[in-house]
Amino acid sequence: MIENYIPVILILAFAVIFAVVAIKASRFFGPRNPNKEKLSTYESGMEPVGNAREKFSVKYYMVAVSFIVFDIEVVFLYPWAVSFVNFQKPEMVYALWVALIFIVILILGLVYEYKKGVLKWD
Amino acid sequence: MSDLTVNILITLAKIVVVELVLLTCVAYTVYAERRVSAFIQNRLGPNRVGPAGLLQPIVDVVKLLMKEDIVPENATKGIHSLAPGISILVSLSTVAVIPFGDKIVLFGKEIQLQIANINIGVLYILALLSLGVYGITLSGWSSNNKYSLLGGLRASAQMISYELSMGLSIVGIILINGSFMLDKIVQNQYGWKWNIILQPLGFLTFLVSSFAETNRTPFDLPEAEQELVGGYHTEYSSMKFAMFFLSEYANVIIASAFISTLYLGGWQFPYLQTFGLPDFWVSIIQVFTFCTKTLFMSLFFIWVRWTIPRFRYDQLMNLGWKVMLPLALLNIIITAIVMTLLK
Repeated sequence: MIENYIPVILILAFAVIFAVVAIKASRFFGPRNPNKEKLSTYESGMEPVGNAREKFSVKYYMVAVSFIVFDIEVVFLYPWAVSFVNFQKPEMVYALWVALIFIVILILGLVYEYKKGVLKWD
Repeated sequence: MSDLTVNILITLAKIVVVELVLLTCVAYTVYAERRVSAFIQNRLGPNRVGPAGLLQPIVDVVKLLMKEDIVPENATKGIHSLAPGISILVSLSTVAVIPFGDKIVLFGKEIQLQIANINIGVLYILALLSLGVYGITLSGWSSNNKYSLLGGLRASAQMISYELSMGLSIVGIILINGSFMLDKIVQNQYGWKWNIILQPLGFLTFLVSSFAETNRTPFDLPEAEQELVGGYHTEYSSMKFAMFFLSEYANVIIASAFISTLYLGGWQFPYLQTFGLPDFWVSIIQVFTFCTKTLFMSLFFIWVRWTIPRFRYDQLMNLGWKVMLPLALLNIIITAIVMTLLK
């Protein structure tokens, strides 16, 4: 069982080595002559105004919060989906009803968010 | 040599071959994108370096390698270098669970044509895709540039929105197969029982979500050149920029491979077993079939990019939350009801 994961560890190691070598490579081959203008923040040729670490729209937070809620509900659907095909007919009907109730609650949550205007971008 | 050592050596060989093929494919997808876009726009595209411009990708890599690596003064240095690493790490390791063929017998040893045949294959890909958001968000934030920050924010909001419908579309396939193993999902698609026929609605939502996940047109708002310069990679140069570029196209190829595995039958060639060919040639034809399907999907990605204009941001979020998410849920309900009725 656990030996099935050896290839995953090997490929992750390969990817890490590739990333480190590739990112360090340009330090090796490329020229290095920085100056003040070159290292300043790019703002289409203008003098940079202030800092980018400012407040941004709360809508991004709202999307992130609703993502977490729905993603956890998706996670709950996965174990149900894996075992569904192995059920006998009566069990399957029961499992179907349970999942339907779950999904309807999910959709009610979505409708609530929609009515509250969380998903509105303008 | 013990059995374990041999297995590890075989795995290493598979990893090196697959990654080399993947990186070559990435280089030539970039070339194909430039050529196809040129032909669609009635131009010629790169045709100077080598026959028909075929050496162009190699020259591009060498050029990027010789460029100066600029890290802006105001950037958060450590995270600025870490972000492209995360992106490329995710793209290179996702390929581990994709089966590119059935078994093949070489030198009297049976070899599975898949790097890691783990029983959580689908979850592995979804988990790594979620990690990919970090590379883009961190690069946008750490550059301390307004364009980068906006690009990073847009990208993360877009990717998490479409990840939901992507995860839910796959539930339909899991329902039919009762397994997360990609190998088993492919084996169940024998003959013409491809999942695209059994799951047309799921295929549609999955296809649209994978376009959004790979940040391709019509969903390429994170790097909308006209308003955000380069988006999250505005402040990157040299190989760090190349890493983002590479991972973007690697993601296109992996998304194509994933789509053909899940919906287009993977390495299955309809009724190949009835032709009575030797086993070795059957394996070769299966690998070839898989590559053809993946190539076709990659060309489809390119074709769509140069045909369909970009969405507005509110349209994109509306499509994700109000159309794709309910459609994916509907697909699960329909699949479960049909399965119960047929039982």
